[in-house]
Amino acid sequence: MNVIVCIKRVPDTEARIRVDGSGTGIDKTGIKFDMSPYDAFAVEAALRLKEAAGEGDVTLVTLGDSSSQETLRKGLAMGADRAVLLTGDVSLDGLSTAKTLAAELDGMDAELFLFGVKAADDDQQQVGPMVGALTGRPCVSGVSRFEVNGGTATCHREVEGGSEVVEVDLPAVLCMTKGPNEPRLAALKGIMAAKKKPLEEKPAAENPSRVRLVGLSEPPARAAGRIVGEGADAVPELVRLLREEANAI
Amino acid sequence: MANVLAFAEQRDGQLGSAAREAVSVAARLAEASGGTAHALVLGGPGVSSAAAGLGMYGAAAISVGEHDALADYNPEAWVGTVVDQIRSGDYAAVIFAATTLGKDLAPRVAAHLDVPLASDVTGVDMSGGTVTVTRPVFSGKAFANLEIDASPALVSIRPNVFQATEQAGAGEVSTFTPEIDAAGLRLRVVERKGASEGTVDVAEASVVVSGGRGMKGPEHWDLLEGLRAALGSGAALGASRAVVDAGWRPHGEQVGQTGKTVAPKLYIAVGISGAVQHLAGMRTAKTIVAINRDADAPIFGVADYGIVGDLFDVVPRLTEEVEALKAGD
Ligand SMILES: Cc1cc2nc3c(=O)[nH]c(=O)nc-3n(C[C@H](O)[C@H](O)[C@H](O)COP(=O)(O)OP(=O)(O)OC[C@H]3O[C@@H](n4cnc5c(N)ncnc54)[C@H](O)[C@@H]3O)c2cc1C
Ligand SMILES: Nc1ncnc2c1ncn2[C@@H]1O[C@H](COP(=O)(O)O)[C@@H](O)[C@H]1O
Repeated sequence: MNVIVCIKRVPDTEARIRVDGSGTGIDKTGIKFDMSPYDAFAVEAALRLKEAAGEGDVTLVTLGDSSSQETLRKGLAMGADRAVLLTGDVSLDGLSTAKTLAAELDGMDAELFLFGVKAADDDQQQVGPMVGALTGRPCVSGVSRFEVNGGTATCHREVEGGSEVVEVDLPAVLCMTKGPNEPRLAALKGIMAAKKKPLEEKPAAENPSRVRLVGLSEPPARAAGRIVGEGADAVPELVRLLREEANAI
Repeated sequence: MANVLAFAEQRDGQLGSAAREAVSVAARLAEASGGTAHALVLGGPGVSSAAAGLGMYGAAAISVGEHDALADYNPEAWVGTVVDQIRSGDYAAVIFAATTLGKDLAPRVAAHLDVPLASDVTGVDMSGGTVTVTRPVFSGKAFANLEIDASPALVSIRPNVFQATEQAGAGEVSTFTPEIDAAGLRLRVVERKGASEGTVDVAEASVVVSGGRGMKGPEHWDLLEGLRAALGSGAALGASRAVVDAGWRPHGEQVGQTGKTVAPKLYIAVGISGAVQHLAGMRTAKTIVAINRDADAPIFGVADYGIVGDLFDVVPRLTEEVEALKAGD
């Protein structure tokens, strides 16, 4: 069974984000980039599926600039078989991204199309379900783990205050959240092997963004907090402040 | 003149704060542009009885689609009806709540209508028919101001950020029965495990009591549960990733970059150091309280109020004081 995983290159979760001089971009100096954390869960799920089945190909797809090669190589080093880099602009219009990815995915032969539930840069949480709708495939979002049985997948998903088990017909789009399996680290052997794996680079289909970025700003600094006191003796004062000053209880 | 539609989400036949907030935002935008606000509710037979109350939040017309297949959420059953309703209404904007359901449904609707969606916004305005939004990006480390160049503009609003505002007026409820091919659904919910009766999800709670590795072990969570209960029915438990990874708490409670994003009125971090990935999930809370024995813990850098001390002393006392306060109300 073939699996496609869409991954995105984003700033490392530790990165300090500063708005650059243009006011619409971030200052990239000193920032490390990496595969978006949820996408790493999706790659891990795909690799486990392949290992359990003993057959099938795992293909990674990214829309981005040529620096995304590094992210794809990391996925290949984890164990994916091949990668496709669609070179083009990434905007804050998730539908534009989804259309570009859908155009590529439509022609690919796979039973499962895995996404992260959200990309750690734009936090839109939308591209996966959009690709599902655009390609006419059913989609389950927020999947922490799944099993494949014949023509269906049984997905465990988290919902408000509970959980669900959803059965979906294949081929399907699944948007992965954190699951029981930590994404593996690439071993040296994997890194060496990745260098020889196919990485196809081609221009992305263009879908203009209909979301205009007017400006980017850093969050308003929270007013300097206050240490109310030490130990349990500080509690009455804390409760008073929460009631009278913060109006929070 | 521009009309605005609110998708008002029901759960178990009840319309909660997600629905009220979406309708209030729709009413504000409609008013600013001389239009009216409408609400759309989907649910099982009988759900319309709960829908009339939305008029109080500014919905002039409330359409209620009732069908057995809509009693519980299934995107395949729901999306078509939502798309049809939006198409038939000539709306300038459609407001969803960025709940689990809204985040699942809205992108599908956007793709079917071929319009962009701004997710999880913390600010939205409309003037001259153009919708502008503010939304956190990079896990809240920056905010983007965006202009949506499409009609209708689809927006999902972050829970707890927008005020649900009551106003005079009643909405007119009309009920319809959508056509749904229940046998043709390609996904089926085969099991639903609800949370225990009366608990709210951490992502929607107005108060969150969150525990970290400083709690020492799962057996001490009754301490936090006591504090949560004292704070009332809108309060929920949260957790850091360290305790979720250790298996002390379920992932559904995890707050942060790889967990949930919360924006409650009050967030109490107990024995949590305040790593950037944790802050990513809770920095937009209105008031943050930190209890930590390490005065240098980064959590104090974002906390409005902090107590430096042993949580095993501080939390029981806090529970007592809150109980006493509430008893006096
Ligand atoms: C890609 C990625 C994603 C991540 N996503 C998340 C996420 O979504 N959410 C998240 O929370 N983390 C996330 N993390 C992990 C994060 O970096 C931290 O490791 C984690 O938040 C630490 O959890 P903690 O604060 O409970 O534990 P610790 O950092 O160990 O802190 C425990 C705190 O408890 C205090 N303490 C100990 N004993 C007591 C006592 N008796 N009384 C009072 N205080 C006490 C200590 O002083 C300390 O500050 C992520 C990391 C990565 C790399
Ligand atoms: N530029 C991109 N290239 C490849 N996959 C992407 C891209 N943007 C988003 N995705 C996928 O869609 C998921 C959700 O992204 P988003 O809707 O932007 O939060 C991500 O976790 C990826 O799996």
